[in-house]
Amino acid sequence: MGKIIIDPITRIEGHLKVETVVDGGEVKEAKCSGMLFRGFEKILEGRDPRDAQLITERICGVCNHCHTTASALGLDSAFGIADKIPDNGRIMRNLTMGFHQIQDHILHFYHLAALDYVDVTKVASYEGTDRTLNSIKAFISRGELAPFVPRYEGDYRFSSEVDHMLVSHYVQALEMRRKGHEATAILAGKVPHACAVTPGGMTEIPTVDKIATLLARAKELQEFVEDIYVPDVIKVAEKYSDYFEIGKGCGKYLSYGVYDLDGKDPDYTKRVRLFTQGSTSTDLQHQPLDLDQINEYIKHSWYEGDGTARHPFDGETNPMPGKEGGYSWIKAPRYNEETHEVGPLARVAVGYAAGDRATKEMVDSVLAHFKASPEVLFSVLGRHAARALCALHIANNLQGWILELNPGEPAYVEYTMPDQGTGVGIVEAARGALGHWVVIKDRKIGKYQCVVPTTWNASPMDGNGNHGPIEQSLIGTKVRDEQNPFEIVRIVRSFDPCIACAVHLLNHKGREMKRYIIS
Amino acid sequence: MSDIKEIPAVWIGGGTCGGCSVSTLNTVAPSIKHVLIDEVVPGRHISLRFHTNISAGSGDPVIRAIEDTGQKHEGQFLLIVEGVVPTADGGVYCAVGERNEEPIPFYQWVIELGRKAMAVIALGTCSSFGGIPGARPNPTGVKSVMEIFKEEGITTPLINVPGCPPHPNWFVGTLAKLLLAGLPKDGDLDDLLRPKEFYGLLIHENCQRRAHFDEGKFAKKFGDPGCLYELGCKGPITYADCPIRQWNNGVNWCIRSGMGCQGCTQPEFPDFLGSFYEKITDVDVPKIGEYWKKRED
Repeated sequence: MGKIIIDPITRIEGHLKVETVVDGGEVKEAKCSGMLFRGFEKILEGRDPRDAQLITERICGVCNHCHTTASALGLDSAFGIADKIPDNGRIMRNLTMGFHQIQDHILHFYHLAALDYVDVTKVASYEGTDRTLNSIKAFISRGELAPFVPRYEGDYRFSSEVDHMLVSHYVQALEMRRKGHEATAILAGKVPHACAVTPGGMTEIPTVDKIATLLARAKELQEFVEDIYVPDVIKVAEKYSDYFEIGKGCGKYLSYGVYDLDGKDPDYTKRVRLFTQGSTSTDLQHQPLDLDQINEYIKHSWYEGDGTARHPFDGETNPMPGKEGGYSWIKAPRYNEETHEVGPLARVAVGYAAGDRATKEMVDSVLAHFKASPEVLFSVLGRHAARALCALHIANNLQGWILELNPGEPAYVEYTMPDQGTGVGIVEAARGALGHWVVIKDRKIGKYQCVVPTTWNASPMDGNGNHGPIEQSLIGTKVRDEQNPFEIVRIVRSFDPCIACAVHLLNHKGREMKRYIIS
Repeated sequence: MSDIKEIPAVWIGGGTCGGCSVSTLNTVAPSIKHVLIDEVVPGRHISLRFHTNISAGSGDPVIRAIEDTGQKHEGQFLLIVEGVVPTADGGVYCAVGERNEEPIPFYQWVIELGRKAMAVIALGTCSSFGGIPGARPNPTGVKSVMEIFKEEGITTPLINVPGCPPHPNWFVGTLAKLLLAGLPKDGDLDDLLRPKEFYGLLIHENCQRRAHFDEGKFAKKFGDPGCLYELGCKGPITYADCPIRQWNNGVNWCIRSGMGCQGCTQPEFPDFLGSFYEKITDVDVPKIGEYWKKRED
């Protein structure tokens, strides 16, 4: 029996450690640990509520725009203006989220995940005239291969020809994701960490020149996703088809839905959204979303407390480094008392279960290609495929949304901030369900809680001893070569973990920590 | 054989959101592919031995790669630090990698590698000044690289490239200057160790809405034309060249999008004197032109 500890897991955002116990070539036990902790909610307490959106987006440099949007929605609802945002504001929020999310999915597949499947060093054998590939060949011939080595060795399956093509797509994807950010910035000011999304709408006003350039940019991204990204994911799936059987996980899925197609209902759980709200399981029966069913456990997290679970509005988070039984800075949120996976697979599964036509058509066409039934979705490759289909679904809608903008018309509604109030903002970040809960007290932030996608996926065990989704996906996995545990990193990366997001809670209990000196 | 000189570099992230890395990916010319694969300037290639987000490997092999760089290239490698350095409770709030099954606190990496590096770039407001994790009440006891170096008596040349996130040109430009002209000379950096090329002037001095300020035309609500001073803009007290450079390949920047400057290149960020949405006090405004006055003296 051996232990495989992988720390750090790279090509994700943030500090993640994965510890597995392997016996007879099979993972018997798995622990996922978040290794960073910054204290965002504590920093927010006592501040002007309007500042929350500019501060919380800085929780994460990768999914910043999802935080901006969730926070703005939460503040809108706390200020009582959730149903008063001008259509321009609602649509511009959708567009900035949409462009941002497409680039995020591209970034994840090509730049974070692909190096587990694609062997850059094979470009050494390239004999053609492509300048990009020849420059990479020259780079390899110089012999300094960082950051592409060191790496795990022994399971890169593509022929040189396909490999060369995927490497050139890796480079092209760098440019496409940059362009996705540029399109976001046209309406949001700058990215990462946009500034034009604000409670009440957007500070930008759409103009015809912006509409024209956005249309062209939306088309370019749509073509890349349809012609390059989706086919490349299918190529990986064909070559590594055993990964349709690996990394199944907890089998329960939760989605908050995202992209409001109508802004009239103040209750976000009831709105018509491009991606539908709700939960489902591998049986693909749809259940409506109920935010009261969300509770967080801290039994195995480094916080004071016992086995009881608390709703985000009631959460306590006093850090207790070295707590017995604790092994992570991440809490363990559960829905209906059960472990739920969030992310693109959950979005697609919930949409499919709810009978959303576009989702069904996309999923069925991929399943038909592989002559497979829906259960193959619940796997490493299913997650990558679902992510690509999410990107395609957004890309197919961007141009229509752009044409709905009213040039020169306001995107912002004035409001009076109330002395007291509560609000919740929910969206689907690229990585899954993201909720911001805010309590306003005397025109200041009384309490602010974020429950983010990776808190769900990379959570430790809960108070009932149930493992988190990534842990469940790892347990039972066969590891062929313990020195090169490809299976483990491929499973973990299929969730696209984002640890900067997951770990950000702290209550310092009045202790003056700034003067703390290391002995 | 090639005549390209390899400059080893290690990019370590502590209490970070990763936004500085993502912003760097947005560099247009040179592109990120040029920076990583080709030559940043002719004859010089940055060999990035470790980066959390892009390194192919995971776990022990990459930790060894970092240690090897420190040992084999002492005094010759470049260290890039992204994110704050949490020091409270023995640094437990941020750990990278393990030795003998014990997590290695991030501050240890900063001290170990900082001592051995040829030069250090503190990338972003977090590593330069403490940034948002260091905001009131600074729950994890974060320090900037500058503070850690001072406490530990580390004298390795340090350049702060703040911004939340920094503009990719600020980082790539600083890198290119290091490769072309060597370590910073007297007068290259301001008193906060920021390169004057990028941080020499106030936002306010080049702002496209400056004429509105001078004429007293102030926006009363978002979406109005006019100066954003009364809506909380920190441009009059923030040093950076955003108005000229603009962001994301020049498509926009904060004030052009109708939102005030948030002052993200300043050590006071984000606490300042109040909310991002509150007007700064008029007594701060006379600081305009300070840099030029100093230069003429």
